[in-house]
Amino acid sequence: MAYSDKVIDHYSNPKNVGTLDKSSKNVGTGLVGAPECGDVMRLQIEVDESTGMITDAKFKTFGCGSAIASSSLATEWLKGKSIDDALKIDNMAIVEELSLPPVKIHCSVLAEDAIKGAINDYRVKNGMEAIKFEESVVH
Amino acid sequence: MLNLPIYLDNNATTQMDKRVFDAMTPYFLDHFGNAASRNHPFGWQAEEAVDYARGQVAKLIGADPKEIIFTSGATEADNLAIKGVYEMYSSKGNHIITATTEHKAVLDTCKHIEKIGGEVTYLQVDKEGLIDLKELEAAIKPSTILIAIMYANNEIGTIQPVKEISAIARKNGVLFFTDATQAVGKVPVDVNKDGIDLMAFTAHKMYGPKGVGALYVRRKNPRVKVTAQMDGGGHERGMRSGTLNVPGIVGFGKACELCMQEMESDTQRISKMRDHLEKELLKLEEAYVNGSREHRLPHVANISFKHVEGEGLLMGFNKNIALSSGSACTSASLEPSYVLKALGLGDDLAHSSLRFGLGRFTTDEQIEYTIKAISETVLKLREMSPLWEMYKEGIDLNTIEWAAH
Repeated sequence: MAYSDKVIDHYSNPKNVGTLDKSSKNVGTGLVGAPECGDVMRLQIEVDESTGMITDAKFKTFGCGSAIASSSLATEWLKGKSIDDALKIDNMAIVEELSLPPVKIHCSVLAEDAIKGAINDYRVKNGMEAIKFEESVVH
Repeated sequence: MLNLPIYLDNNATTQMDKRVFDAMTPYFLDHFGNAASRNHPFGWQAEEAVDYARGQVAKLIGADPKEIIFTSGATEADNLAIKGVYEMYSSKGNHIITATTEHKAVLDTCKHIEKIGGEVTYLQVDKEGLIDLKELEAAIKPSTILIAIMYANNEIGTIQPVKEISAIARKNGVLFFTDATQAVGKVPVDVNKDGIDLMAFTAHKMYGPKGVGALYVRRKNPRVKVTAQMDGGGHERGMRSGTLNVPGIVGFGKACELCMQEMESDTQRISKMRDHLEKELLKLEEAYVNGSREHRLPHVANISFKHVEGEGLLMGFNKNIALSSGSACTSASLEPSYVLKALGLGDDLAHSSLRFGLGRFTTDEQIEYTIKAISETVLKLREMSPLWEMYKEGIDLNTIEWAAH
């Protein structure tokens, strides 16, 4: 299967690989996927509590090139966004940006889930209620 | 000079040997006759070439030329053996014994047999990929007509105890069929010493052309017959109709002859490279060989690199190195290799596997390049892997409740 240039670029030069302090109050962590399924994504955001802006984002991903590229792209998009805007990131935007083929759509869904997971983790840590999301269907 | 890309997927197919190609070329344009044309020189020439090739093929496996039925490949030979025996011996019984790690061409044929009223027992394998001979013997019943166990596995290279299996078959009056697609031409296979009644193999796995294979069908002690699955002109002693693929068969014969002459030196060279590759890659932490290392084809290595996903790993170098992975992320199913799972490997390790298939044209230089490229990619991806980080922190991954996906 041929990968798009953008997938190859993110795979070869992934943006924002790393780990933020998950015990820190202003860091939210989303861990999605499962080793048995061949994809595990961990996405973390650091939030400026006074402005609600995402100041930093990091990821680590176990998975195929498309999964790595989806999470790398997600961290790029998250940086500098408000939490509210981050919630609007849709998996199909990732699919479009990376030209993912149909069998790889689940990678983008995973990235969207990881974003939501990170945001909810941050919200709960800071005394807010977790947002209830509809179950993702494509897996 | 190292030419890229490097081909290390010789279990999928092999590069044709130039000498095979040279042997074939006259049979496309000049000697184009139909081997079944009995009344003119064009036919005679084709027939002579086929006879000669049949001898070359038979010799490699210690058979009589009359016992070779040419087919379009190993898949057809697998089908002909299993369906053909099932039909031919239906008055004796309807039970077939096979194993869970067989190639799909055998497993799916067995599924078909079940659909049409047959009964199939699928033997489990141990963590090395070997069947249990006691289980095999216990599975035999009065209605058993066939044992179908592969010679060597395509994903892990594990070689089954063929002689012991055939002894059990013989003792119980059951026919023994083996899919020897990966073994013939790579390790010494002798249908008499090994006690084989039927055997499928193919040219393109041994530096011959695609589209031609054979089914060996024993003629003596016992005389075995299969019901034809392709009806027509009654070629190949009535067991496989269809105009013979003369250039393909000539190439198959030449490929067999070369294997006969060069197997020993090829094996020595190739297994040395394989062992070196394996030794170097196992220097990486948490790298494991899948399947038996003792009973194994000399050119195969299947290795899992824990906490790195196979397809992601391949992407690190697949422009330059051709390899297969047990991770099936590329297929629609997302299910990892059923062979690796049958060994008892967790899905995570199955997803993390690479299959190396070396061959006649593999060089030391290619192996050095491969060791370096794979080691670098594994290290890079582990830096990116949350599982690796957890493992390094001493977290037991089995205690984590993973989100359902």
